[in-house]
Amino acid sequence: MPEIHISQPQVQHNPVSAENPPASAAEAAHISEVRRFLLSRGNSVIVDRIFHWLMALCALSLFGIVALIAWRLVVSSHLTWSKFGLGFFYRSFTDPDTQQTMYWDPVNGLFSALPFLYGTLVSSILALLMAVPLAIGLAIFLTEMCPRALRGPLAFITELLAAIPSVIYGLWAVFVLVPIMRAHVNPLLIHALGWTGLLNDQNPTGLGFLTAGVILAIMILPIISSLTREVMTAVPQSQREAVLALGATRWEMVRMGVLRNARIGIVGSIMLGLGRALGETMAVTMVIGNTPEITRSLLANGSSMASVIANEFTEAVGDLHVSALIEIALALFVVTIIVNALARLLVWVVTRGEPSQAH
Amino acid sequence: MSGDAFKFRFRMRVITDGAVTILALLATLLVVAPLVAIFSYLVFKGASSLNLAFFTQMPKPPGEVGGGMANAILGSAILLAVASVIGVPLGIGGGIYLAEFGRGTKLANAVRFTADVLNGVPSIVMGLAIYSLIVVPQKHFSALSGGVALGIMMIPTVCRTSEEMLLMVPYAVREAAMGIGVPNWRSVLSITVRTASPGIITGCMLAFARVAGETAPLIFTALGNQFWSASLNQPIAALPLQIYVYAISPYDDWHRLAWGGALVLIALIVLAVSLVRYVTSRGVLKGAS
Repeated sequence: MPEIHISQPQVQHNPVSAENPPASAAEAAHISEVRRFLLSRGNSVIVDRIFHWLMALCALSLFGIVALIAWRLVVSSHLTWSKFGLGFFYRSFTDPDTQQTMYWDPVNGLFSALPFLYGTLVSSILALLMAVPLAIGLAIFLTEMCPRALRGPLAFITELLAAIPSVIYGLWAVFVLVPIMRAHVNPLLIHALGWTGLLNDQNPTGLGFLTAGVILAIMILPIISSLTREVMTAVPQSQREAVLALGATRWEMVRMGVLRNARIGIVGSIMLGLGRALGETMAVTMVIGNTPEITRSLLANGSSMASVIANEFTEAVGDLHVSALIEIALALFVVTIIVNALARLLVWVVTRGEPSQAH
Repeated sequence: MSGDAFKFRFRMRVITDGAVTILALLATLLVVAPLVAIFSYLVFKGASSLNLAFFTQMPKPPGEVGGGMANAILGSAILLAVASVIGVPLGIGGGIYLAEFGRGTKLANAVRFTADVLNGVPSIVMGLAIYSLIVVPQKHFSALSGGVALGIMMIPTVCRTSEEMLLMVPYAVREAAMGIGVPNWRSVLSITVRTASPGIITGCMLAFARVAGETAPLIFTALGNQFWSASLNQPIAALPLQIYVYAISPYDDWHRLAWGGALVLIALIVLAVSLVRYVTSRGVLKGAS
């Protein structure tokens, strides 16, 4: 870029002003050089406007993607929708031969998403039950009790674990978690809690809802705890100081000063974890057992919405089967969008205040 | 209140406080210990299964010992290249809009919100949408459709990290550019974006590492391939897909390859996450001071 010396005389002679024409030819040449330089760099309204709209278009493409996904899923699932309607999500069928209740019979073209809704719900709830107390405990420790030197490494580990692909968790679960569940955890649970009827030993494989819940809990822990931590650090320091000044112990300070202020955001982060658990595919597919049944036992094999899609789609028999799987995906899409939107709103409500002041 | 009651109350409060501290510590140990165990187990298992053949050889037929994942590594590279071509420019463009033009506007808030929500949409749903958009009209699985699915998944991450990095550039830098009469587009591209470029690049790397491990959207787009293929129009192998197939197979040597593949993906992720932490915490934004 050529140097522009802005010296006194040039500043006085404003090139655009008609009242001050250039005093000499030399000066005129110089000014026009500046103008020419600016023009050659594209100093024009048109280019700026084009650039603005180009960037806006990139931003708007996000809306386009959401619309595109929704449109494709709706169009591709119309076959099931026209055949089963809303009943797709709650009805069941009776097997003509055995008189047993069944839900999913691709060969005879009978489809109901009920067992998958059940499987997704049960595995996600199990995961939340295990993950939420631990995640909040971890967040409290990290924000209120942890020595400063430990904070960085712990935060780094959680970030890393949140980024590990689902298929790798699945791999670990298949070779480490499932044998442990089969040999130690499940027999212990049956022995201790078998009377509840929620656990029975008809499935000795170690797969099933509970195993899926455990691996989901491990996967959503980092997400919930890091967001909870973020929300808790956003609570102003003065709140803590005020409670402490009244003579509160540390726990009372956390309970009254921090948790009460951050509770909406914590609910938001839990919902975000729920959103992740609902849509988690690979790890769940590898350990849930993949049978389209509704069983009361938490140790039984089952199937979730995402896992049935991953498991059956490439081998789907006929258009109706494909369409049924796509309708399940559509339901998953709608549910995760709602859960995520709510979660983001809740987190946003808490952290939108001065985020930088919190540290 | 009598003195004894007060003392009792006080003792209870101190005990509760201690109990909660211990519980929080316990929760931390209960979380961190297994997570560290998983991680080190993966590294240990992976390191003992990696060798040169893993990177250079083709998969052997089931049951035979040896072989590698050369085709899956090539396939992942091709898929990620296609994904980056789609995801990086759109994502950075969106980030520029959010940080430079849309500050505080309703539209920008809506875009930001959509990006966050889109980030939470299950990858398998993305895969199905792309299946019905590209695979069905084409009538066959292809590397192109897999790349598009991954590319779309990159956009929200790239967009949000670029925005955050651009917002870290001080406003004075923009004002300086305006002050010497630089046109807006030029000031954005050669001054703001350039200042924030280390951050934007690491943001892209993070998105890249994330989609590198995505399996679900590839099952019905890229499909997987046991043979050497570099064609965009054919089904193609991918590292995470291969890990999935090998993990649920009954062959020991395939399990070994799956662990090796997992380590390669993890190395990519560790690199990306540490880079992001380094850039955001050390303030590598040169010239931003």
